[in-house]
Amino acid sequence: MKFILDVFHLLMRQWRITLRMPIFLVVSIVQPITWMLLFSQLFGKITMLGAFGSSYVQFLAPGIAIMSALFGSGYAGMGLLNDIDRGVVDRFLATPVTRSALIIARVTHACMTVGVQSCVILGVAMILGARPKAHIISFAAVIIAAALLGGGMAGLSNAMAILTRRQETMFAVLNFTMLPMIYLSSMIMAKQLMPPWIQTVCKYNPVDWAVTIARGGFEGNDWFVWRLAALAGYTTFFGVMATVAFRRYRQTM
Amino acid sequence: MDAINVRDLKKTYAGGVEALKGLTFSVRQGEIFGLLGPNGAGKSTTVRIIVTLSSATEGRVEVDGVDVAADPVEVRRRIGYVSQNTTVDFLATGRENLHLQGQLYGHSGAALDNRVDELLKLFDLESAAKRVTQTYSGGMKRRLDVAMGLVHRPKILVLDEPTTGLDPESRAVMWRELERLAKDGGMTILVTTHYLEEADRLCDRLAIVDGGKIVAQGTPNELKATLRGDIVQVEIAVGHDAEAAAQLLRSTPGLSNVIREGQTCSAQAEEGAHVIPKLIAALEAAGLPVSHVAMSRPSLDEVYLSVTGKSFTKADAAGAAGPRGPVPAAMRTAKPGAK
Repeated sequence: MKFILDVFHLLMRQWRITLRMPIFLVVSIVQPITWMLLFSQLFGKITMLGAFGSSYVQFLAPGIAIMSALFGSGYAGMGLLNDIDRGVVDRFLATPVTRSALIIARVTHACMTVGVQSCVILGVAMILGARPKAHIISFAAVIIAAALLGGGMAGLSNAMAILTRRQETMFAVLNFTMLPMIYLSSMIMAKQLMPPWIQTVCKYNPVDWAVTIARGGFEGNDWFVWRLAALAGYTTFFGVMATVAFRRYRQTM
Repeated sequence: MDAINVRDLKKTYAGGVEALKGLTFSVRQGEIFGLLGPNGAGKSTTVRIIVTLSSATEGRVEVDGVDVAADPVEVRRRIGYVSQNTTVDFLATGRENLHLQGQLYGHSGAALDNRVDELLKLFDLESAAKRVTQTYSGGMKRRLDVAMGLVHRPKILVLDEPTTGLDPESRAVMWRELERLAKDGGMTILVTTHYLEEADRLCDRLAIVDGGKIVAQGTPNELKATLRGDIVQVEIAVGHDAEAAAQLLRSTPGLSNVIREGQTCSAQAEEGAHVIPKLIAALEAAGLPVSHVAMSRPSLDEVYLSVTGKSFTKADAAGAAGPRGPVPAAMRTAKPGAK
């Protein structure tokens, strides 16, 4: 019970921080929209290859939601690093707050922001002509896939922040991880058109799991239950990893 | 029962750095106790172990009778902690900062609201309560830090360098607040400082920490009483050779530890009142007119010098982050006016 209350209070703090950085808010909404406009222009003719369905925007929208989830929460660890360096984490640790709540609140916050971001992205995609085939279920699929991926990425990011303790190192590791994860998935390219080895890599890439779930739901197809379970497992794994890293950090002090 | 009891505390960090080499001291209920020492002496490490943020390699710490290693959660409930640098949330208002801090201690509802109002008033932050703390001055942030440390009504408050970086006026305000908390609120306060003047003025008792050990302990007056005699200070009229005067002082029987700073020479005297008339006569005879004479009891500066064998400012500058840079020993000022 104390754990849930602690997570709730710290979550409210995270939201307060988010809402009081208006430029950050605007960028995190405008950026994915820009990507969508840019990619749909740049790769528009790709539909001629077949395997993309009727329009590229239709194909792209769930992918952009997942990409934004990845990038949006990939840098979540920066906030933790700031709080560690400024002594805010120590101030919290000197209270009886449940230790793991400090990490879980951050991961939950990432899930929530990513969810909101996905809604906006889907709204814009619909203006551009994309159509969620299964209505509310389509929305749910995209939002859940994005939130789970975002949460896992936030866990990884927080763990990296604790383990590296340096912004530069953390950025280097995360950039090195995130870009290949995007391009080794079916985010912008249909799976049938990929070389076989990338198709194989895709099977083990959580980004591709999320894209497949989101796109499947958006098109009104199967939700791919086993992928959803795998994605939830990935989120849990990195959430736990961040919590364990945090415990180790406290013990070395 | 002592409020805080530290027995033979040792801390070795990974990598073999020995921060604490066996510290023993106790803080009595209701007193202001100071840990005085230069940067890097081990004050912060000690405090971090007391407030459960770090663990001891060896030794035992009890807070209000509770062992910090055995029941850290109970210790956290009984103790308030204010760390070295401000830790306020910049994007939250003063009220929001206090509110969250209270919530983390498990408080809620009207009781918490009232407590927050009370603290805002106590620390003169009412008018700024609805502003984000980004707009606060250094002194205001520091007062909010202390208020946050008090939100759960702890019996013991631990402050790590509460006045470092504050202007003299804000520092005086902070001293008054802490004195009031101890006297009116009956709180026990443990404070670390590297300002001798602060330790002298604020603390009921203090311990001097140097190199991870306690080198002296007692009330400021007890510590000063360990040094016999007085501090004598003479100022040589401008245009005359003060170094020659310092030489004369060094050769005068009954004077020791002669230090010259500009036109002022100071020395430790066994019998100040006895030596001063002779000293003035000797200086005048040597053609060195005296423009000012003062005599005082030794300050903590002298105590520090005698127990650690080094001048305070120099030790401090040699410490990890001495903000003042290296200060030559000769520049060290005996502060006869400190108390």
